[in-house]
Amino acid sequence: MVNDSVKIGLEIHQQLATKKLFCSCDSDLRDEVLYRFERVLRPTQSELGEIDRAALEESAKKRKFIYEVTPNSCLVEADEEPPHELNRDALEIALKVALMLNAKIVDEIHVMRKIVIDGSNTSGFQRTALIAVDGYIETSFGRVRIPTICLEEEAARKIEERDNAVVYRLDRLGIPLIEISTAPDMKSGEEVREVAQTIGYILRATKRVRRGVGTIRQDINVSTGQGRVEIKGASRLNMVPKWVDNEIERQRTLAEIAELLKSRGAEVDRTIYDVTDMFSTTQSNIIKGILKKGGKVMAVKLKGFSGVLKSEKYRLGKELAERVRVIGIKGLFHSDELPAYGITDDEVSKVKEMLNLSAQDAFVLIAEKPDKAKEGLERVIERAENAIQGVPGETRAPKDDGTTVYLRPLPGGARMYPETDIPPIRIYESYVEKLKESLPPLPAVRVEELKNMGINEEIGWQLIKEGVDDIFEDIVKKYGYPTIVARALLNGCEYVDYHKIFQNLHAGKFAKEAVDEIVERVCNGEDIDSVISEYTSSVDVDAVIDRIIQEKKDLIYERGEYAFKPLMGLVMKQLRGKVDGGLVSRKLKEKLNMYIEKNK
Amino acid sequence: MHPEPGDYVEVRTKKGVFKGILMPRNRFSDENVVILKLDNGYNIGIVPEEIKIIKKGHFEKKSHKRDIPRRDYVPTISFIGTGGTIASYVDYRTGAVNPALTAEDLVFSVPEIVEECNVRASILFNILSEDMRPEYWIKIARKVKKELSHAAGVVIPHGTDTMSYTAAALSFMLPELSGPVVLVGAQRSSDRPSSDAYMNLLSAVKVAKTDLGEVAVVMHATTSDDYCHIHRGTRVRKMHTSRRDAFKSINTQPLGKVNKEVVFFQDYRKTGDETVLMDRMDEKVSLIYYYPGMDESTLESLLMDMHGAIIMGTGLGHVGTHLLPIIEKAVKDGTVVGVVTQCLYGRVNLNVYSTGRKLKAVGVIPLEDMLPEVAYIKLMWLLGNYDIDTAKSLLSKNLRGEISDRRMITW
Ligand SMILES: [Zn+2]
Repeated sequence: MVNDSVKIGLEIHQQLATKKLFCSCDSDLRDEVLYRFERVLRPTQSELGEIDRAALEESAKKRKFIYEVTPNSCLVEADEEPPHELNRDALEIALKVALMLNAKIVDEIHVMRKIVIDGSNTSGFQRTALIAVDGYIETSFGRVRIPTICLEEEAARKIEERDNAVVYRLDRLGIPLIEISTAPDMKSGEEVREVAQTIGYILRATKRVRRGVGTIRQDINVSTGQGRVEIKGASRLNMVPKWVDNEIERQRTLAEIAELLKSRGAEVDRTIYDVTDMFSTTQSNIIKGILKKGGKVMAVKLKGFSGVLKSEKYRLGKELAERVRVIGIKGLFHSDELPAYGITDDEVSKVKEMLNLSAQDAFVLIAEKPDKAKEGLERVIERAENAIQGVPGETRAPKDDGTTVYLRPLPGGARMYPETDIPPIRIYESYVEKLKESLPPLPAVRVEELKNMGINEEIGWQLIKEGVDDIFEDIVKKYGYPTIVARALLNGCEYVDYHKIFQNLHAGKFAKEAVDEIVERVCNGEDIDSVISEYTSSVDVDAVIDRIIQEKKDLIYERGEYAFKPLMGLVMKQLRGKVDGGLVSRKLKEKLNMYIEKNK
Repeated sequence: MHPEPGDYVEVRTKKGVFKGILMPRNRFSDENVVILKLDNGYNIGIVPEEIKIIKKGHFEKKSHKRDIPRRDYVPTISFIGTGGTIASYVDYRTGAVNPALTAEDLVFSVPEIVEECNVRASILFNILSEDMRPEYWIKIARKVKKELSHAAGVVIPHGTDTMSYTAAALSFMLPELSGPVVLVGAQRSSDRPSSDAYMNLLSAVKVAKTDLGEVAVVMHATTSDDYCHIHRGTRVRKMHTSRRDAFKSINTQPLGKVNKEVVFFQDYRKTGDETVLMDRMDEKVSLIYYYPGMDESTLESLLMDMHGAIIMGTGLGHVGTHLLPIIEKAVKDGTVVGVVTQCLYGRVNLNVYSTGRKLKAVGVIPLEDMLPEVAYIKLMWLLGNYDIDTAKSLLSKNLRGEISDRRMITW
């Protein structure tokens, strides 16, 4: 396979650990809700006559938005006070990132309003500014261009979606966000991972980015020559190659399907047929249940689609099912998978007969309330027609198994106009030069720093790539154990409280040997405190040592402090695997010296 | 050819070549910088070395003619434009916010208006709220009288800064009304999706269709987009610089509220058969904010040549005792002097303390619980339309609901 048609781009959003972008509120998430208020948003008129279509559709839902006020939100987030001037602290961090990405900083920064009326911004727009252009990074696969770097405000946090209202919390609204967009220069999943790692390192190197779940978000755009597919929220680095490579494969298969369908002269009959009668005596529990509730079985006819919906190679049926699952339809069946689910051969034949299908034709059934079934089949028709053309552009969500699932259509181009409440900011060359002198170390320098903390170069690089070099440094500086800390971080997972583990190790709660197992068990979802307490020795170290000293009085009398070695052997015989040897050795030395001192 | 705003240009700079639409100058921008709208929609400022025009373009306002259906079963409401951005739209290319200048623009901005009424719209003038002057109040009052012979009610979109002043002025200048006069504004301009203009304007229209024979201000009651309050024109004040619910009725309850329906909380003057206009104003009135440290000469100059003055005293209505001789002299010279309170909330009372009693003794008129701005406008209107003795006696009498006898603990 040639990779020439593969084009992959990356968009990274990273929250900054500063005050908010346009007010003096803190950037922490809060559970404390002080007050609630309700708003509606309307599409605004542009030049008379032009209203943004996406905006209009959103507003047609006539939803109201309920906002939860938290201690870290003020009148600015509530859209009750004009924004303050752009946070210079956040700007400086963003500019440093831009410089590390070899980008050119614009001479004057203009804040824009990007219309977003899904309620995630109380104002109805997101404030965003383009701060630098034409950057790039070098990777082992070659250069990847970074055409734009923006500084923008984070949206409010969605808490709940109800039928006629959406609940948002204002704690997250206004947190500064750096948006880094690459050109579609990448060709493979591994390359995307390397680029994401490198950019991730640069962001963290500022030491001013927020850490933790949701603080960095990554969208990947994959195109193999036809539609563009955006994988939204593909943030887990280890999974990136899988998601990307699977998506490339999916698109290739879709292209192949299109070729096949075209060669067959495939066609979608847009008529929606009511085939409920064919199922009057059905034994299928799913269909029986739906019919009982006044539902119907509706069908569409896909000419030339037989074997494409499901076979060894093709899975177009899955794509169709995904399109209707987003509107809550689970009961979709197609002829390539039938008879099954209690639907009999006889019923299948009857449907085929009624729709007048030839051997190469296929059908899709939806059992649902009539309106919903129709809505679903219209989506099926649209998707099936796309299939003849090739790969449709869409937004997909990443799944844990490395595949992706249909989420929604691609967003339209955003409407932007100037934010007149915020004066532009002139960026002078002299200031940029000063920033260049204070940039954080590049990875090669960082590796040297890590080596000096007691690990080898290879491990150092791994820590940097996995983005755990900072936490490594923190823990080692406090508690030591560089190789064990590195191993734990590299084998472990994000949500382990490593500080806690090493703090307990340092306090002698358990032996070094237990660390790996503790990390593994916590990664598997066990509670950290109970795992630690399980490993924590139930024996009283002091008591064991005291007892052995008493038992071996003679030995001590003979050998004095040279009795340490044999005593240590005896003590460890009882405590090995339960208590850290270092701790035992410290304690034994202490007690032995005290004993000798006393009995001189 | 000289590049102009609207042209698609190629700009050569030290940092490379940029392409985009040349934007109009921003008055906060650095002189050396040109603003470019890039193809991705972002504006950036760059220092150009050379600008080449790729394609001439121009920013011009498109105007659209729209048919607005006229229907017999809804009343006609007249909209009198005075400036401000309550009804406006944005030009996404320039970012300029253009006011809705015609009935068509207005209806287009808030299409629901058509469901409520037949729209009759005109622009009287187009000024910034802060540039409001008594001569404009007279113009509006005259226009209202004229419009009420064609319409069931009048809605006046107005900048919020001075809206309560205009409301008070119209309240006095229009003692009898054949239809409601409703002032309305927006704290978030209507070029924003979150604008309060829509609900405020629609609520104002609903009030303009009632039998309220008074001047009212209709604005958001809370920070939510849930309902509006109807404020009596002589009792309302802007109490916050930026919140949607900035307008409050002071020393009284609001007249009522509007969400789907209009609900009145208290009695109001009903519409009459005709509209009476008393449109003279004596501008020789000053509004004086007393502060500790105000010296004699300052007060003297503020009172000089004035036919009337309203003093905003401290607490129950006091000024420094050193100023008493100045005030006494002014009153003797024929200046009408009234006193209100800086507290805004509560009634002045010159009987409690000695300074108050002295003020009263020199002829200062205590003005009950009247708002300072309202007292100022009322005095201008009284001096413009009555002889000085009548003006003096009416100043502390309730004419348009500007004074109340009772203030409740629950307000
Ligand atoms: Zn804030």
